[in-house]
Amino acid sequence: MCKQIAKRVLLGVAGLSLAVAGFTQAAQVTEISGAGATFPYPVYAKWAEAYAAKTGVKMNYQSIGSGGGIKQIKAKTVDFGASDAPLKPAELDKAGLMQFPMVMGGVVPVVNVPGVQPGNLKLSGAVLAEIFLGEIKQWDDPRIGTLNPGVKLPHSAITVVHRADGSGTTWIFTNYLSKVSRGWSSKVGNNKSVAWPVGVGGKGNEGVASYVGRIKGAIGYVEYAYALQNHMSYAQLRNQAGQFVSPTSATFQAAAANADWGHAPGFYMVLTDQPGEQSWPITGATFILVYKTQAKPATGAAVLNFFDWAYHNGDGMAQQLDYVPMPASVVSLVEKTWSKEIHDADKHAVWSVNMAAR
Amino acid sequence: MSLVSTTEHTRLLLRRGLRIDGLFHGLSAAAAVLVLLVVFGVLAALLLGALPALQRFGFGFLISDAWNPVTDDFGALVAVFGTLVTSAIALCIAVPISFGIALFITQLAPAWLKQPVATAVELLAAIPSIIYGMWGLFVFAPRFAGHVQPWITDHLGQWPLLGPLFQGPPMGIGMFTAGLILAIMVIPFIAAVMRDVFDIVPAVLKESAYGLGATTWEVVWQVVLPYTRSAVIGGVMLGLGRALGETMAVTFVIGNAQRLDASLFMPGSTIASTLANEFTEATGELHTASLIALGLILFLITFVVLALARLMLLRLASRQGTVG
Repeated sequence: MCKQIAKRVLLGVAGLSLAVAGFTQAAQVTEISGAGATFPYPVYAKWAEAYAAKTGVKMNYQSIGSGGGIKQIKAKTVDFGASDAPLKPAELDKAGLMQFPMVMGGVVPVVNVPGVQPGNLKLSGAVLAEIFLGEIKQWDDPRIGTLNPGVKLPHSAITVVHRADGSGTTWIFTNYLSKVSRGWSSKVGNNKSVAWPVGVGGKGNEGVASYVGRIKGAIGYVEYAYALQNHMSYAQLRNQAGQFVSPTSATFQAAAANADWGHAPGFYMVLTDQPGEQSWPITGATFILVYKTQAKPATGAAVLNFFDWAYHNGDGMAQQLDYVPMPASVVSLVEKTWSKEIHDADKHAVWSVNMAAR
Repeated sequence: MSLVSTTEHTRLLLRRGLRIDGLFHGLSAAAAVLVLLVVFGVLAALLLGALPALQRFGFGFLISDAWNPVTDDFGALVAVFGTLVTSAIALCIAVPISFGIALFITQLAPAWLKQPVATAVELLAAIPSIIYGMWGLFVFAPRFAGHVQPWITDHLGQWPLLGPLFQGPPMGIGMFTAGLILAIMVIPFIAAVMRDVFDIVPAVLKESAYGLGATTWEVVWQVVLPYTRSAVIGGVMLGLGRALGETMAVTFVIGNAQRLDASLFMPGSTIASTLANEFTEATGELHTASLIALGLILFLITFVVLALARLMLLRLASRQGTVG
């Protein structure tokens, strides 16, 4: 009897000390690291700065490109990876990773057509694809003309400008073209870099922007934030519902809100060509990759705490930088998935809403 | 007694000196071997990384003009073609100009002007390549597209044979612009080598020629140049080596299209620009391997060119001994 009590006390003490050890370990994580996509870098950096000021936890993010981010998280050199293009559920399972959308942006066709007012040009997905396939060669082509009654289009050659570097922007753009044009999906397809049938390549958003600005009759595509900050002349697009929409925060959120996230295994969701009257058709989310089984649960929890904080406190900062925050419904779905799927080696969840450091 | 100890002491000193000498010898040999190891290590790493692409495409990799990350079909032809053509354009422009610069500095310029001109040319080599790229894109390309290119296309574009080289919409960027920027970048290298070797031509030879009534042109063409021919070619090769591997400036102005085009005014790509553009976002194994294979090809081309350059410069050095 006495022995048993002693045993229990001993066990209790051991358990307590383990818990204390675990707690101090969690408290010790002062730095988390990530690598990947360049597109969300400005907002991640801003969040990191504000989060460090509030909690003292530093977030170190290397914007080396989505491809590099995927490679680094697979090599386990960083705590999380970031990618502009979602990984397929099969690839996630193979690597033991989980992904979730963090923030949204859109891709905007930008044009330099002499005589056409900024924002006045209207295009449909099919026509956009035919332009990028090199099948429509002149601005006064009747296929463009019928979409733009009353707009006087010049008789000048179209110069297509695309990204020269592999890029998440290209992935989203070619994903849209593949969805709306059978010609595009069979001849070119969807990837971070593709075999462009025509055109010149600029490096980065700024490369595309400067070529479009320089070459008369040029059409290219850039990130929404970039187009906005540089006051570029964009084109309206006809969405799935047949409405012409302009790229704005509201039309991106409409696209995200209409998407069926609940039925997207592994959050594999591409927001291009979504239904809804107000949906901008070339919207995309950028994703975070973490391991489902966390070898260092304290670090895993610190990473999720950071993103939880960003979901709930970062919207204003994101909007300032012209990113579009995720809708609240998607956020709660993501956080439910965290507490369900991310665990340590003993299958204990590493994160729950109660421990959030908001 | 004291004599013996002195000999003993000397022997000790000698032995210690020999030991230090041996150590020094070993260290410097190790440093030299390290460089060799690094070179072969790089080669081995490139070969290993490129293996998947080489296994999949074999020799066809060299002659295929495909570059399609979607279907995983890759070939090196477009990039190799772009690399060789832009470098060739660069040399066509840079060699005559460098020759003129070297000639002026060594043979014609008054003494007070020699150093300023030489320094100015060398300063060109100190400008970072990205500055050349930005200048090419923001300053040169728009002016070239606006004023020069339409005229060339209108006048030369209709010529038989040469015409197709100068067709296409005036964009200001493309293979020709890349070649021109490269020319400016390699001029200081070629000019510096030419100047150095023109300077080592023995005065006796030149003065004898002048004494026989030769003009400056005849002295240069018939005495200086034949004497330094292999070194001049070596200098050109050094410039070529730099032009082949230049990355940033070319990426800015070449237009980065993976297509073969006869016109020099159309966009293309080089090995280095393709690597700079695509390496960060290449996720597929074959895509990455193909990029590394491109790197391997560039390594081999540059290696051969630089080896030839060394050889030519060496030949001059040995000849200098016999004549001088």
